[in-house]
Formats: sequence, structure tokens, C-alpha cells
Amino acid sequence: MEAIDFIQLDLVNGLYLFVVGFVGGLVSGFIGSGGAFVLTPAMMSLGVPGIVAVASNMCHKFPKALVGALKRARYGQVDVKMGLIMGLSAEAGVLTGAHFQELIKQSFGDVGSNLYVSVAFVVVLGVVGGFVMRDTIQSHRSGTLEEEKPGRLALWVQGIHIPGTMVYFNSLGTRISILFTIPLGFATGLLAATIAVGGFVGVPAQIYVLGMSSLMASATELVIAFVMGLGGTIKFAWSGYVDIRLAMIILAGSLFGIQLGAIGTTYVKPYMIKLVMGVIMLTVMISRALVIPVYLAQLEWLPAMAPATMTLLKNTSFLIMILALALGAGIIVHALIQGRRSHAREMTMALDPAS
Amino acid sequence: MASAPGRNHSRQQLLLWGAASLTLYALLLRFEQSILAWSTQGRWFFMLPILIAFAFSLVHGRFTGAFWENLGIRAKD
Repeated sequence: MEAIDFIQLDLVNGLYLFVVGFVGGLVSGFIGSGGAFVLTPAMMSLGVPGIVAVASNMCHKFPKALVGALKRARYGQVDVKMGLIMGLSAEAGVLTGAHFQELIKQSFGDVGSNLYVSVAFVVVLGVVGGFVMRDTIQSHRSGTLEEEKPGRLALWVQGIHIPGTMVYFNSLGTRISILFTIPLGFATGLLAATIAVGGFVGVPAQIYVLGMSSLMASATELVIAFVMGLGGTIKFAWSGYVDIRLAMIILAGSLFGIQLGAIGTTYVKPYMIKLVMGVIMLTVMISRALVIPVYLAQLEWLPAMAPATMTLLKNTSFLIMILALALGAGIIVHALIQGRRSHAREMTMALDPAS
Repeated sequence: MASAPGRNHSRQQLLLWGAASLTLYALLLRFEQSILAWSTQGRWFFMLPILIAFAFSLVHGRFTGAFWENLGIRAKD
């Protein structure tokens, strides 16, 4: 194994990772995933080698997801069976995705690999994020924000009976074929290996394809993230790439965040989960779209670009990515404060109806 | 609203798990080079980072739960 340069930790680095971990944890506790995409670039901005950043991110992800899943299971929001079945198929997706990445890196080098990741971000987040936002806006316009019913696709999936493959899921209140859940889990893992956040496919897939509620889907995603994170950590730790100090400092912040995010889900209306997810996905999409011309120019598929322009685009992209996380966290905190105020008013009314 | 004995128990939990968490982090940073050297040897040493992560999630997870509880930020019933 080649020698790895592990960074010197100081107070400023530690605080930076703690804060990013907290915000990432807050988002993950609320929407089931979505906090991890900024952590790998955040660590790399401190000089951590790419593979160590990916490995350490993975190593903070599984204990965080475990704590979040246990917390949300206490609120009755987790479907463990669904999480384990999708988690195992996601593991296969992660291995396949990692293999794809290696092939692309061998054929096109680091720039080709970065281009592939950015295009995957833009296409997947544009399509899925756009769909999630459209659904949230339509619900808002039609005044059906409170209701969550399975859509036409989910009802079709629930109506198909394939002997020998049917499994009952508590979250759906019905039996569905695991021939539907396995490809969805696989796609979740494939995305996780590519852009580090499988939940951007996993959660919408559980809502729109299987017919789960947003609350159950986002909570169950934490079980999937735990299974994927544990498998990924074993893979990277087997090769000695995990910097446990970085992982545990990020975990220190993210466990504060994930507890708060999980508490937040008990105060908000379900559409808030879709809103936060849609906003983050579309903002991250813009961030990644900005750097695509840089990689195309480096591959000489576009005319050469001035180094200053490249740096400007890359820095702007990173700042927009942080903005995406901050926007999501801001909406969650605002919704939590509003939800607590409204709950306090209801309690006061219940205790003293005359007031 | 939690009763006085309930609040005391909750505060005890916060102090207990907070002290345990602080100890774990102090040990990790005090022996960072040795822990890093052991945990990055690869192969069967992969278990070390996994065990450390589980231990921190248990201890620090309890502490962070008690932290919000003591601040009065609890899930809606």
C-alpha cells in the first residue's frame, strides 16, 4: 500500500469539521441523507487526500445514521425490513458504482472522473430534484399539503403480484414484490458511490415508486445509509484509508445535528421534507453544473479556459454547495421553531380553552 | 413539563454521558498518532476504526440526546 499523508489537526480545522458535521447531521436527521456531499470537498479543502476524505466521510456516516435511525424508530417512523432489504441491494450498487468509477478513472484520468461525477450530479439532481419540487409546488397550489397518498405509479407497483417475491412492509401496509425494491436499492447505492448521497434517489424512490410517506421514507433511508456506510467503511478500512480522527470530529458535530433534525420531523408537516430535499438538490445541481465547462476544457473537448476563470468557477461552485446545505438547514430550523410555537399554542389552548 | 426528579435524572444523564464523551475525545486526541498508525494498517485492522466508531456513536449519541433534552428541545408527543 502506498504511504498516505494524514493532515495535522489543529483547533481551526477541528472546529470547521465540527460545524460542517453539525449542519450535515441536521439535514440528514431531517431528510434521511444529504449532508454528506459537502463533507468530502470540505475535508479535501484542508489538504486531505481524496480517497482518505471519501473513506473518513463513510466512517462518520454509518454511526451517524445508526443514531438517527434509532431516534426516529422511537417516533415510529422507521421500516427496518425495508431499510435492510434496500440497504443490502444498495451495497451491491455501491460496489458496482465504485467499479465504474475506477474504469472511468483508468480511461479518462482524474479530470474524466470529475466530469462523470459532475454530470451524474446535474442529470440525477435535475430530474429527481425537479420532480420533487414540482410535486411540492403542485400540492401547495392544490391545497393538499397535509395529505400524502400513494401516486399512480406506487398504486400500480403495489397492485402487481409476483409469486415468491412478495413481502409485507409495515410502512406501506401492504405486500409488494422485492423485485421492485432491489433495483431501487441498487440505484441508491450506485448514486452513493458516485456523488456520496444515495438518498437523493432512495428517498424519492420510496415515496413515489413504492408509496411510502415522506416521514417513513426519510427515516428508513437512515437504515439504508447505515448498511451502505458500514459496508463502505469496511472496504476502505481494509486498505487503511480511514482517518479515524477526522471521522470522529465530524461525528461529534453531526450527532448534535442529527438529533435536532430527527426531533424537527415530529413538528413539521410532511411536505417540508420534500421541500428541503428539492431545494438542496436543485441548488447542488447548479453548483456542479458550474464546473462542467472546467472539466470539458481540461479534457480539450472545449476551447482552453484561463486559469483564473477555472479557479473562479470552482470556488463559486464550492460556495454554492455550502449554500445548499445552509439553505436546507435554515429551512429546517425555521420549521422547527414555527412547529414548536404552534405546538405550545395548542397545548395552552387545550389546558385553558377560555384563553 | 418534566417533574423535578425527572429533570434531575435527565441532568445526571447529561453529565454522565458528557464526561464519558469528553474522555473518549480526549483519549483519541492524546493518542492520535498511535491510534492512526494502528487503524490504518489495513486488512484485519479494519475492525479498529469500526469499533471506535460504534463506541463513539453509543457514548456521544447518548450525550447529544441528553443535551437537547436538557435544553427543553424534545420531540412532539
